Amino acid sequence: MRLLRPGYVLAPAIGALWTLIMMVTVIVTFTLVTGAEATLSPIAAVLTGGLAGLLLVWRQGVSQGTGSAGSEAPFLSLQGQRGRLILTVGVVVLFTVLRGGQPFGLPLRVSTGGQVIGVAALGFLVAWPLRDMLRDYGWDDQGRHAFEHVLIRFLAGFGFVVFTAAVAIPFMVMVMTSLKSQQELLANPLDFSIDLGRGWELLRSYEELFRDFNFGRYLAISAVVSVATVIITLLFSIPGAYAVSRLRFRGSAAFSRSILLIYMVPMIVLALPIYVAFSITGLRNSLIGILLIYPVTTIPVALYMLQGYFRGLPGEVEEAGLMDGLGRLAVIWKITLPLSLPALASVSLYVFMIAWNEFLLAFMLLDDPSIFTLTRGVVMLNSSEIPRQHLMAGSVLATVPVMAIFVGLERFMTRGLTAGSVKG
Amino acid sequence: MTERVAARPPSTAGPLQRQEARLAWSLLAPTILTVSLVIILPLLAIFWISVKPVKLADLRPPTPTAYERLRGDIASAGDRGTIEYRLRNRSRDQAITDVRLTDTFPPGLRLVLEDDRCRQEGTDLDCRLGDFSPGYNERLRFEVVADGDYAGGVFEPRASEATIVGESDYVLTNARFTLANFARVFDGNEFWAVLYATLFYTIFGTIGAIVVGLFAALILNRDFRGQGAFRGLFLFPYVSPVIAVAFTWVTLFDPFSGSANALLLRMDVIGEPINFFGERPMALIMVTVFEIWRYFPLSFLFILARMQAIDSDMYEAAEMDGASPFQQFFALSIPHLMGILSILFLLRFIWTFNKFDDIFLLTGGNAGTRTLTVNVYEQAFAISNIGAGAAVAVVIFGCLLLFSVLFFRFLNQEEGL
Repeated sequence: MRLLRPGYVLAPAIGALWTLIMMVTVIVTFTLVTGAEATLSPIAAVLTGGLAGLLLVWRQGVSQGTGSAGSEAPFLSLQGQRGRLILTVGVVVLFTVLRGGQPFGLPLRVSTGGQVIGVAALGFLVAWPLRDMLRDYGWDDQGRHAFEHVLIRFLAGFGFVVFTAAVAIPFMVMVMTSLKSQQELLANPLDFSIDLGRGWELLRSYEELFRDFNFGRYLAISAVVSVATVIITLLFSIPGAYAVSRLRFRGSAAFSRSILLIYMVPMIVLALPIYVAFSITGLRNSLIGILLIYPVTTIPVALYMLQGYFRGLPGEVEEAGLMDGLGRLAVIWKITLPLSLPALASVSLYVFMIAWNEFLLAFMLLDDPSIFTLTRGVVMLNSSEIPRQHLMAGSVLATVPVMAIFVGLERFMTRGLTAGSVKG
Repeated sequence: MTERVAARPPSTAGPLQRQEARLAWSLLAPTILTVSLVIILPLLAIFWISVKPVKLADLRPPTPTAYERLRGDIASAGDRGTIEYRLRNRSRDQAITDVRLTDTFPPGLRLVLEDDRCRQEGTDLDCRLGDFSPGYNERLRFEVVADGDYAGGVFEPRASEATIVGESDYVLTNARFTLANFARVFDGNEFWAVLYATLFYTIFGTIGAIVVGLFAALILNRDFRGQGAFRGLFLFPYVSPVIAVAFTWVTLFDPFSGSANALLLRMDVIGEPINFFGERPMALIMVTVFEIWRYFPLSFLFILARMQAIDSDMYEAAEMDGASPFQQFFALSIPHLMGILSILFLLRFIWTFNKFDDIFLLTGGNAGTRTLTVNVYEQAFAISNIGAGAAVAVVIFGCLLLFSVLFFRFLNQEEGL
């Protein structure tokens, strides 16, 4: 590690790596947005970044040497806004020159505007973060603290890029694919540009899903099933959670522990005998059967989450209610429930999410296309005879409601995820 | 002289306490009832089915069928016709015993009964047909004559449905047991391949999700604008429906029309398309990567919550003492996170082990990705051998029992700390 510490070693290394990452990011984005055939050039990126890093620590080392920051800026100062701009322009020019005047390996007339924006973005994305990462780092060994701070800043930047790309790209692909036509998809799988001139034509896959594949009905069924599951789950789990958390009885510890055990039974192990039992009793292929089984899978989760919350409520309020002559059930209804509305919201959202996203039981128990839930409907679209964009449009339809709820009520949802923790 | 009674806590439960316990149980009763009905009972059923030679087609007990037809028209008195029952036992390997056919006719129809198995009493026909061998097929014919009492109108034989019942030896309830299901599950190479896939997926998926989650929590554990937005974004994979994201991955990594392959080809990273979800050992790696991608948010959420609860004074003190950032991370953060990390490991290990949907949707268990849970489905539904599927489920259950023992032992230690 000590060998890496001098500025003239660390800065070019960080610069080269960062420029490489940014080049890949920019060029992949460029390709996906414009559909043009851009190519990578690791050598140009490494050389550009290495030089930029070297230049940075050299100039910063000089400014440190000349004393206070307030004194007149020496030759080629890279401090302040002006310095950032100089560095940005330098990166753009150097990278372009190193690639023989074609920064993306494309003739300049191919989507010229895109290329200009892309190469400018590359300049900014390299120069600005790089200067922040190497902030105040001089030419020589700056000690362990400064060195590790540079590494941490680099890793954080790297992490943001990788995580954002890894999470966002699949969702982007999902949405964009659903807006394409079959020919466009086959012609160039990399072209995710959308032609807004097509207007409503873009939503053709959705229109066909609703018209030919009955997706309006599936949406409604999923909504009804999920909401019903939430209601039934709460009806069962609120009294249960109250009993476990507030009332003293023999076996309460064993009970709350066995709730945890139920989480550990995999769904597929239960699904098999349930399939057998439902086949024999004729509950298979009916929404009644689904409504019978969904709440049972969520009651333990809800019970576990709620009992944790109830335990945290002050018992004195309830005791005051009991002293004033309320019965236990009235106490639950008039005192405990109003106090735990936030927790009920979290639990409801979490249960709704589980029910909405549930796939295995719907897949095994439902065969009749007129009573499919949304997830079962999407599975139906996964066939070689149905074009891909329909499958993706179905996926978008299944995702959007959950996402909307999640984004709108993130506070409750996140708490639900943390408290529930449990259902994978 | 007053009698003095030593004040002592009551040795038995008092009436109030008993009342409270009664209330508790009555509040819990619905939950206990339904949960045991739908979880405990099926679990017991799994053990029962796993030692029964039962196929998917055997789930309904074999029943005799009767298809009724009339030849000739009967509309008024004096008309004649032939009524025919086509009797079958559709099961190919099970006999049905004591078959009995009953049917009702309108008044005035007389049956010319030549078959001594049948009798007519008033308007009712009653036949005791004896035993049907497997695959039994018979046409039972009677002549029907409308006599003077016939009210008229076209006779529709199927206006009254013939009922036919029989007794059969139902495979799920009889006393025939077999160990063939287990023999099948532990069958040589296949079992080792399944076990390998399961362990690979579980271990690397669990560790990967936790390490990636830790990394994500580290970069978000600082104050900056947009932190909330990033936190929300990082949770996307976990909250979206598994079908949506799994199919998206399949689309993205398709060997022919997938963007990932096109991109890698374009950038000259690979020479020819890779079938990411279709070839060994790539498929197993890809499903593990998917598992990490989908479940890192959960670890991330937990670790971030724990990190934000660590007292920042401690870091200031460490800073004063000259600890470098990495030293602070390894000497302060990691020990504080150890508790949550180990709990996450245990929980995620079990849930990853239990995971079925993801692999099933991505590869269907092909190309060396068949884990134990996928094998349950494969045996029970793809090969239609419910018994073998149940046997795999029993094996899974055994593993889980082992894990939970370890888990609770560990949990007790944690609480003791």
